[in-house]
Amino acid sequence: MRMKIQTVLVSVDSSSALRGARQFKKHIEENVKKYQLSDMVEVLETGSLGVYKDGVIVAVYPEEVFYEINSTDDAEQLVTEHFLKGRIVKDLMIDKSVIKHEKKETGKLDREERIVLKNVGVIDPGAIEEYIARDGYMALAKVLKEMKPENVIDVVKKSNIRGRGGAGFPTGMKWEFTAKADNPEKYVICNADEGEPGTFKDRLIMEGDPHSVVEAMTIAAYAVGANKGYIYIRGEYYGSIDNIRKAIKDAYEIGLLGEDIMGSGFSFDLSVRLGAGAYICGEETALIESIEGRPGRPRLKPPYPPVEGLYGKPTVVNNVETFSNIPWIINNGPEAFKALGTEGSSGTKVFTLVGNIINRGLVEVPMGTSIFDLIYKYGGGIPNGKKLKIVQTGGTAGTFMNTKKLEIGLDYDSAKEGASLGSGVILCMDEDSCAVDCAKTVMEFFAHESCGKCTPCREGTRVSVKLLDKISKGQGREEEVEQLLMIADVMEQTSFCGLGQSAAIPLRTIVQSFRDEFSDHVQKKPCNACTFVEPKKKKRSKR
Amino acid sequence: MSTGESNVICAEHEKLYKTLDAFIEEVKDKPGVLIEVLHKAQEMFGYLPTEVQSHVAERLNLPESQVYGVVTFYNFFTMKPRGKHQIKICLGTACYVKGAEKVLDRFKEELKVDMEEITEDGNFSLHGVRCLGACSMAPVVLIGEKDFYGKVTANEIPKILKKYRG
Ligand SMILES: Cc1cc2nc3c(=O)[nH]c(=O)nc-3n(C[C@H](O)[C@H](O)[C@H](O)COP(=O)(O)O)c2cc1C
Ligand code: SF4
Ligand code: FES
Repeated sequence: MRMKIQTVLVSVDSSSALRGARQFKKHIEENVKKYQLSDMVEVLETGSLGVYKDGVIVAVYPEEVFYEINSTDDAEQLVTEHFLKGRIVKDLMIDKSVIKHEKKETGKLDREERIVLKNVGVIDPGAIEEYIARDGYMALAKVLKEMKPENVIDVVKKSNIRGRGGAGFPTGMKWEFTAKADNPEKYVICNADEGEPGTFKDRLIMEGDPHSVVEAMTIAAYAVGANKGYIYIRGEYYGSIDNIRKAIKDAYEIGLLGEDIMGSGFSFDLSVRLGAGAYICGEETALIESIEGRPGRPRLKPPYPPVEGLYGKPTVVNNVETFSNIPWIINNGPEAFKALGTEGSSGTKVFTLVGNIINRGLVEVPMGTSIFDLIYKYGGGIPNGKKLKIVQTGGTAGTFMNTKKLEIGLDYDSAKEGASLGSGVILCMDEDSCAVDCAKTVMEFFAHESCGKCTPCREGTRVSVKLLDKISKGQGREEEVEQLLMIADVMEQTSFCGLGQSAAIPLRTIVQSFRDEFSDHVQKKPCNACTFVEPKKKKRSKR
Repeated sequence: MSTGESNVICAEHEKLYKTLDAFIEEVKDKPGVLIEVLHKAQEMFGYLPTEVQSHVAERLNLPESQVYGVVTFYNFFTMKPRGKHQIKICLGTACYVKGAEKVLDRFKEELKVDMEEITEDGNFSLHGVRCLGACSMAPVVLIGEKDFYGKVTANEIPKILKKYRG
């Protein structure tokens, strides 16, 4: 059977160019035209596909056949045999494992294990060819050509990957639920509303490697039987919006999105939806409400989105980072993925290091890496010779700790030991920071972002800001510190959605970890960081 | 204000409404399109006064209350005019740790406005925003849509403002 859309990639790196790669490419193009195949065959130039003997390497997708081209005759034969007659040219074909083997040796993994960030900063995100040249869309080709939807789900399940958006739900199970839901109409949504303060990993993935998200969403759609997808991007992420839009457009142009992708009979449409500035819209059901054009207030769960999601149809919602792991898992197998990380948490995690830390930015390391290593080995420690005082892991909704438990390795189970993984933020604060002030900032954030639908969260966040404000000014009472812990309990147990439930976590953990400091404020003893006697000089004046 | 002047404003508004209607016509059959239309309307009018909201409601055949509900829910939408240059100061935790408060105070002082207010000449308005996803450059200030300033110190603020004056 001849594929409707085929893509030929001609490897044009500096050494292939010397061997005439550009000339061969032109020759292939001319022949494609001559035999009136232009509608079906796309010829693209890419970076190095690897090294093999003396020829120029050419890859044909979706068949994933590699050829060695040494002359214009070879180039013509490729067109007349492979494209016109649909026969593989055995004489020119090379075993792709030979090339790949060499590639792996040259492109060794560096100290950080890069799966998600492997292309970020390496390829031109606006050039689909560059993505393709680094095995891009190979996973999709494999999935569409060789795998049944249930095999795809099986691989994802075996890899043990869990959601990177904060909740940590097993991705394979989510896909399976959606696939099994009996409904001809289904959706795939990418949650790119990244709003957790301190987090910017999703932004970097979308800006640096947008095609990985597009490819993964298409794979997910095939696996669960969806034909329509949305990427819901935070409205302020202008760079991400531009790059994702361009990626989608380019993928459509070469037939990697739209009708009958790679001739497989499978169709998938993908579009961008913009967020309008509400943290709560990152919660999956609120996000769905927002896509439907309403205020983003969370829905009651269950039913969960895999059963009843967008427009009441079964829907997969996954985070950007979760998606961008998928092509690697398909290409390298679930075992390779499981070999990284810890028993219950496989793979890598992208961490953002922020606050008072020398190397502020992103690192991708295996799951289970300790907080200590993240701060001192990758983060370079605390600047200006200051001492570390407060650490918050997991994002604004994550746990606070003092410096006594830095040896904890961060993964999905570390929350039990007192350090949540969350969205992978490590926020460091040095000795000049005040725990009470810091708690106030965090609770102000939640008070502002609470959607107001339920009382424990709406009032709990508001009252705790009030109490913290009093305490920070030296006007609080010991009972009020206790009251904060009580508010945390009530919010955690009775809030309607994850926002209120998780707002309790930073509140409780900061009070518990810095209990003495709270008491000092109550007793009007000054701390290094804030001078309660003269509220005006305080770091944080009232807005 | 002379009537002549208000006529000019009317004519200009009419043109904006026409463009908006054309946009609505194009997208109105897509599901869940209200937010997209409001994005567009705010981009054109600068803000979303009640007249614009009613207009959108009518064209999309939605109750006004629903449009109002959406506009007031999302921080991005505003019913008050904003400055020509919107100064957005990140108040996320990472920026707070790196001294965002001092930066904010200096902006207030230089512009003589409070948060969410607009300067008398309409050139600037001041806004606090959630983490902008650029925490490694904290404290961060975003002016307009694309001018990012990282590691901002209070002292360089007059220099930054100068670029947008005049
Ligand atoms: C208040 C709140 C905010 C959230 N914000 C985000 C977010 O910005 N990005 C995200 O991917 N998930 C966010 N989530 C989690 C989502 O609800 C959902 O679990 C996630 O998108 C599922 O994807 P995953 O399984 O790939 O992690 C948030 C949850 C809550 C309760
Ligand atoms: S917990 Fe907070 S954000 Fe969630 S529904 Fe209740 S008020 Fe809204
Ligand atoms: S906290 Fe300011 S950019 Fe993230």
